[in-house]
Amino acid sequence: MSRSAVVVVIGTLLAVTACAASRSTAPTIRVGSKSFTESYIVAEIVAQIIDDTGEARAERRLGLGGTGIVFTALANGDIDVYPEYTGTIAQTILKEPATTSIGGLRERLQARGLVLSAPLGFDNTYALAVRRDTASRLGVRTISDLARHPELTAAFDAGFLERDDGWPGLRRHYALRLADVRVMEHALTYPALVSGRVDVIDVFSTDGQLARLDLALLRDDRGFFPDYSAVLLGRRALVERFPRTWAALEQRLAGRIDTAAMVRLNAAADVEHRPFADVASTFLGRTAPARPHDRQLARLTLEHLWLVIVSLAVAIVVGLPLGIAAARRPRLAQIELMGVSVLQTIPGLALLAFMIPLFGIGQVPALVALCLYALLPIVRNTVAGLASLDPRLVEMTAVLGVRGWRRLAWIELPLASITIMAGIKTSAVLTVGTATLAAFIGGGGYGTLIVTGLALNDVRTILAGAIPSALMALAIHAAFEALDRVLVPRALRLATASD
Amino acid sequence: MIALRHVSKTFDGRRALDDVSLTVPSGTTHVLLGSTGSGKSTILKIILGLLRPDAGEVQVEPATRIGYVVQDGALYPHLTAARNATLPARAAGWSDARQAARLDALAGLVGLDGPLLDRYPHQLSGGQRQRTGLLRALMLDPPVLLLDEPLGSLDPISRADLQAHLVAIIADLHKTVIVVTHDVREAFVFGAGITLLSAGRVVQQGTFADLARRPAEPFVAEFLRAQAPPPAMTQYL
Repeated sequence: MSRSAVVVVIGTLLAVTACAASRSTAPTIRVGSKSFTESYIVAEIVAQIIDDTGEARAERRLGLGGTGIVFTALANGDIDVYPEYTGTIAQTILKEPATTSIGGLRERLQARGLVLSAPLGFDNTYALAVRRDTASRLGVRTISDLARHPELTAAFDAGFLERDDGWPGLRRHYALRLADVRVMEHALTYPALVSGRVDVIDVFSTDGQLARLDLALLRDDRGFFPDYSAVLLGRRALVERFPRTWAALEQRLAGRIDTAAMVRLNAAADVEHRPFADVASTFLGRTAPARPHDRQLARLTLEHLWLVIVSLAVAIVVGLPLGIAAARRPRLAQIELMGVSVLQTIPGLALLAFMIPLFGIGQVPALVALCLYALLPIVRNTVAGLASLDPRLVEMTAVLGVRGWRRLAWIELPLASITIMAGIKTSAVLTVGTATLAAFIGGGGYGTLIVTGLALNDVRTILAGAIPSALMALAIHAAFEALDRVLVPRALRLATASD
Repeated sequence: MIALRHVSKTFDGRRALDDVSLTVPSGTTHVLLGSTGSGKSTILKIILGLLRPDAGEVQVEPATRIGYVVQDGALYPHLTAARNATLPARAAGWSDARQAARLDALAGLVGLDGPLLDRYPHQLSGGQRQRTGLLRALMLDPPVLLLDEPLGSLDPISRADLQAHLVAIIADLHKTVIVVTHDVREAFVFGAGITLLSAGRVVQQGTFADLARRPAEPFVAEFLRAQAPPPAMTQYL
């Protein structure tokens, strides 16, 4: 392939991805969600109502992460609205567990420029579940009834077992005693209960599994569990700019989804593996639209490619000079290599989390994090390539009067090009993989499918993101092999091969 | 003229040069003779300014440019013979036309045909690489030429061939030349003046006849004799 052909191909790729990545100018409302099924479904319902109302287009930033990440995104204005729970707002966000009324919460949030919708109707709180036959045989309907049966055994999720609003508090509140309480992974407590290995497990009251299994929830008759009523948490600017949309959301959602309905919606996604958008459409009384899956894949491909190309380009522009400077000064090389190595040891998700307070959510923080990750192989190989040049050839440059940038551009970089290109290639392939993490902070790309698949515990959706990502890594590797032929001097490759 | 006065140089506690004095008048050829580690290449690097002496003075006049040729050429593997040769001219900002003209003029002199100039170093023979190195050293027409074992890595036939050629070129160009070698016959062929070095010390300076007839120390006679062909062999050649 000729040099100009490569330039044209790269230019086209950049142009296409740039177009794909730039947002259209129509007003948008950005809808966020946490990374679990219920949050995805409610957010999808919200997005569809926004689109129905027609004041603005919904932009989905779903599956961003836990409360910390999603609330920060809202506070920073990276998203406009997301589904939240009153208990979480009081305890985790405001850190005022005593504030429980909607009015009280509204008042506190108003000071921060945020608004709260009316409760949607369901309450996603902790609950205790027993098999229906156990409940009728023992006559157990409430948690108080449980105190009369100390012979029963229980399996609880680690979180429930430790949290003060979980088992420790519950036991004190109801003076409960059980024969055996063991800790288990939440997903495994269901089969344990159904097969009769244990009698009581902790569940979330809207868990989709409840629709599938014949379980009885024990009533919290002495009101221990805090209220986790679902609400929409939004920015005041949203209500002011798009009053019709906010009114439509309030009108079509307030009190419209009771706990039983939410259990069915969760089951549709978790148990029947239906896409969130379908589940949401069905709830809104529409037949599910045919999913433009191919177009979605094309969009994710462009987003992913954009993440990889931009972060790699910046990493090269930053990494090459860093490597060149370090090759001249061994002391600087040590400091630099230590720095970029430390960056590499930070777990991907943690690095993304550090980016949020600095850059918010979306593509920018993802690009910054990816750049930092891509630096190490580039800097290290540039240093290694320049340091391992034949000293006689370098010495000769001084005799020939080849100095400064000419020495670098004419002699040193071409001689080190094989090693430097190997570093860039490594970096590119690594970045394709790492870029899947971008989806955790709303950066888009193939990771979007992986995050969704993880939330659904659906291997097919995970693979729908993971396989194209692996294919892209292979394609990028091949592209760089071709680029090698242009950028590494031909004679150098042959001379090295014949050594 | 090149002059070294009482030059000493130490590497990691090892004496590489010990009170070396040497004068090479302009337009003459001088040979530094000695075995590996005797300090002869170190003298060239000090003259080139690649190394600084610990003690003593170095004088090079005129202090403009120095051509430098080393064993196996030290050519850049990613550049053709022509690009290697014109590298100093490009660095000096010469126009392409001027570079090409100079290349043409010198290629005949060093005995490199046109097509060979478009080859990369790994496509050239040892002798051709050496000629390219010489071509590069002569590119800017330096008044001083330093040759460090210029025939060191060649097979016997190309060695004899290039040796004769080099002697002729040097005689033609009237430059101040220093040739470094460990080979007594080369010293005989190239040099009017010879400096014999051992372990960084000047053992004797003079013509070949001086060294052969009036050795300053037993080492001199020993060194010359060690490389002489057996007398019985010469009757066959």
